[in-house]
Amino acid sequence: MAEALLQIDSLVKRFGGLVATDSLSLDVQPGEVHALIGPNGAGKTTLIAQLSGFLKPDSGRVIFDRQDITGLPAAARVRLGLARSFQITSVLRDFSALDNVALAEQARQGHSFRFWRPARRDPALRNPGMLALEEVGLADRADTPAASLSHGEQRQLEVAMALGSDPRLLLLDEPMAGMGPEESVSMVALLRRLRGKRTMLLIEHDMDAVFALADRITVLVYGRAIATGTPAEIRANREVRTAYLGDTEV
Amino acid sequence: MPAVTSLGLLRPIMTWRVAVAIVVLALLGLLPWYAPWLETAGIINQRFALTVMTRVLILAIAACSLNLILGYGGMVSFGHAVYIGLGGYTVGILAHHGLGSGFVQFPLAILLSALFALAIGALSLRTRGVYFIMITLAFAQLLYFVGVGLEPYGADDGLTINRRSDFAGLIPDRGPDKFVAFYVLSFAVLVLVLGLVHRLVNSRFGMVLRGARSNDLRMQALGFPTFRYRLAAFVIAGAICGLAGALLANHTEFISPAMMHWTRSGDLIVMVVLGGMGSVLGPVYGALAFLLLEEFLPGLLRLVLGWLHDGTAAVIGRGPAGALDDWLRLAEYWQIALGAILIAVVLHARGGIDSLLGRAGRG
Amino acid sequence: MTLLIEQTLNGVQLGLLMFLLAAGLTLVFGIMDLVNLAHGSLYMFGAYFCATFTGWTDSFVLGALLALPASLLLGVFVEILVVRRLYRRDHLDHVLATFGLLLIANDLVRLVWGPDGRRIPLPAWLNQPIFLTPDLPYPTYRFAVILVGAAVALFLYWLVARTRTGMWIRAGASNRTMIGALGVNIEALFTLVFGIGAVLAGLAGLMAAPIVTVSIGMGDNILILAFVIIVIGGIGSIKGAFIAAMIVGMIDTLGRAMLPDLLKSFLSVAAANTAAPALSSMMIYLLMAGVLVWRPTGLFGARG
Repeated sequence: MAEALLQIDSLVKRFGGLVATDSLSLDVQPGEVHALIGPNGAGKTTLIAQLSGFLKPDSGRVIFDRQDITGLPAAARVRLGLARSFQITSVLRDFSALDNVALAEQARQGHSFRFWRPARRDPALRNPGMLALEEVGLADRADTPAASLSHGEQRQLEVAMALGSDPRLLLLDEPMAGMGPEESVSMVALLRRLRGKRTMLLIEHDMDAVFALADRITVLVYGRAIATGTPAEIRANREVRTAYLGDTEV
Repeated sequence: MPAVTSLGLLRPIMTWRVAVAIVVLALLGLLPWYAPWLETAGIINQRFALTVMTRVLILAIAACSLNLILGYGGMVSFGHAVYIGLGGYTVGILAHHGLGSGFVQFPLAILLSALFALAIGALSLRTRGVYFIMITLAFAQLLYFVGVGLEPYGADDGLTINRRSDFAGLIPDRGPDKFVAFYVLSFAVLVLVLGLVHRLVNSRFGMVLRGARSNDLRMQALGFPTFRYRLAAFVIAGAICGLAGALLANHTEFISPAMMHWTRSGDLIVMVVLGGMGSVLGPVYGALAFLLLEEFLPGLLRLVLGWLHDGTAAVIGRGPAGALDDWLRLAEYWQIALGAILIAVVLHARGGIDSLLGRAGRG
Repeated sequence: MTLLIEQTLNGVQLGLLMFLLAAGLTLVFGIMDLVNLAHGSLYMFGAYFCATFTGWTDSFVLGALLALPASLLLGVFVEILVVRRLYRRDHLDHVLATFGLLLIANDLVRLVWGPDGRRIPLPAWLNQPIFLTPDLPYPTYRFAVILVGAAVALFLYWLVARTRTGMWIRAGASNRTMIGALGVNIEALFTLVFGIGAVLAGLAGLMAAPIVTVSIGMGDNILILAFVIIVIGGIGSIKGAFIAAMIVGMIDTLGRAMLPDLLKSFLSVAAANTAAPALSSMMIYLLMAGVLVWRPTGLFGARG
């Protein structure tokens, strides 16, 4: 097996008496789409928060590309190539769609202690921004304020922003949350286009999407990984079926 | 490239807002030249007008600096007047010891304010929300009490400055010309600061600052260590406000801890919000509105009260209406009206004057 | 030694007064998430009400007892007229609108009571020393303030921790929608809490009145101290407010009492007398800054 891009090593996070992440170990291989599923409260979003640097784990390590990043702040992780999207849409609502992706590009280009030239007229930001919007199919909405985009469009913009830093690993926290069927279809199509080009750790409740996209799936219950395997293996796993999939008829 | 045409290019360049901005700035800039005419026309005393308006210009500079962090950065600093005090005290203390050169006083005032802003910001920006409001207030009170405790420099009573900053004789610091010269200097500084803020907020730096205001976590997730950018903005704002303080000390020829009192910081916030947060010219409108209200609201109230008295007298007769003086005396309590205006603005015109202009332009 | 005990008692007395003011502020802050700069004005009104009612009734005690319902009415009136429109706004709006209220309050007092300060005369039995031990005299009035303050602090603790209203208040602080779902009239609850805060502020004001002069703006500076206290204690925490108020009361009193002598050893007498009160005030703000740097949500605060 090749060297893992992301390696999670007996990670623990407690909130008072609740163990949200229970000595969890997990690895993500370069190039794969690794899906994380589990019932509500399994600790998926808590895990993403620890991986992206918004929460400090109580113990354990996070290794990204052979480097221990456990104590690194969020922004520094992005610069190493680990970007995330949010479960609750968190685009910059006051800014236009193009502004949002241009900011992602701006972050990628290094520090922003540049005080003089107008950023909104800088082709070095606007052109890559437009490309990023085209990639997710939002080019014609470039000048629309993010707050006025539909929910589905905001989710797409969210992914485009995460892509903007040209990450080596993309953490996607329920990209299809709250989407209607049509919007889901276009999001799945978008993620399928990215498949093979980007390594992804995907959290998603939509099982059709997960089984269509994932190379490997890890099932999380009460902060612990109870199984990891290919979609077929997970489907066949009895423990998983009883713990989680039992009543969903996959 | 498809559709890069920003909407801005399609909009007419000359909007109502821009027109008002140009007119206001022109009226401000040309005041020394038409003030004599105002006096001959019996509207207002020339020197009085210049004195009041100089104060407007200087506080507009201070409000602009607060707008940078409050309007664009979302940082509700409740201790911004402290930098006015720092700038003022630098000028006052140096002058007190016979060091009168503005080329020394002003850079030092700016530098000192920036350094204090760096220290205060580095500690305060670790907190959020209301704790940030309160910790900036605490630091301001700290320095306020330093001023109160400075016996050699007048403590509570403050210190009179005997000579204004000397700019190698380039700007007259005595005689009748000094009012005009100082007005022009203040206006020039204001225009420079406006230009600087305009460039800043539209630069890459400004986009990060505004992004962090809108959603700090998202900006971090994009890879911006937002703390540094917010701190940098905090320091720049402190430095500009220190400059305003140096100007104010020259204008009033007096410094005292009262310059740093928390209610002065409150005034600055009021100016920024009254004018319109996050609009480059908003603070200028805000300072104009606030100080003109302060200066002329009593007179305005007297006028209205006079009418009311006459009206009442006409309806119910002289006797019951009471003496005119009793009515006019009510105008002393103009802060009641100011407070009511403030509450009304907060409840009903949250965007401030600048957005009202924008609305008028569209309508 | 006698001096130290006396100053400590003064510190306790100031601390309890500050606690009364801060308790109302932290309740309003913690439950409605409202920054109320006009809280100091309620303190001022409490003092003026008491001055007027004392004049009418010729009795400080009666005056004080009448000033309390008056403070309650004022608080409820302000809440209904202005404050309740602010709950859904952000902190900046709170700061601005209540700053406006503060401006109105100061000028209104000037209009009604005139620009001059007032002293409230104490009845003879309060105006003499009480001997705590045969050689430790202490002003009876200050001692009474300590007793009343402590009683109110205990009552507040009982109210919040032990009663149904207190349960609503605590629930309202942590979860507004839940308390709404319980069928509690949240609007009335908020008005009630604001009213309680107004009474506490009025009580602090009227108790301070015979010690300090009743004057316009008397609430402005003490308001900031009350904010310091609730921030040190942690917003919404009555316990935190109590502990912080005691610390602040002690620092202020002991600082003013001890520092001049300390400073005189290396400053001129005049400079020391100016610097000492300033320095003890500074120590309070330094303490607050230190606490916030160390614990960004205060000693007992949970929320950011």
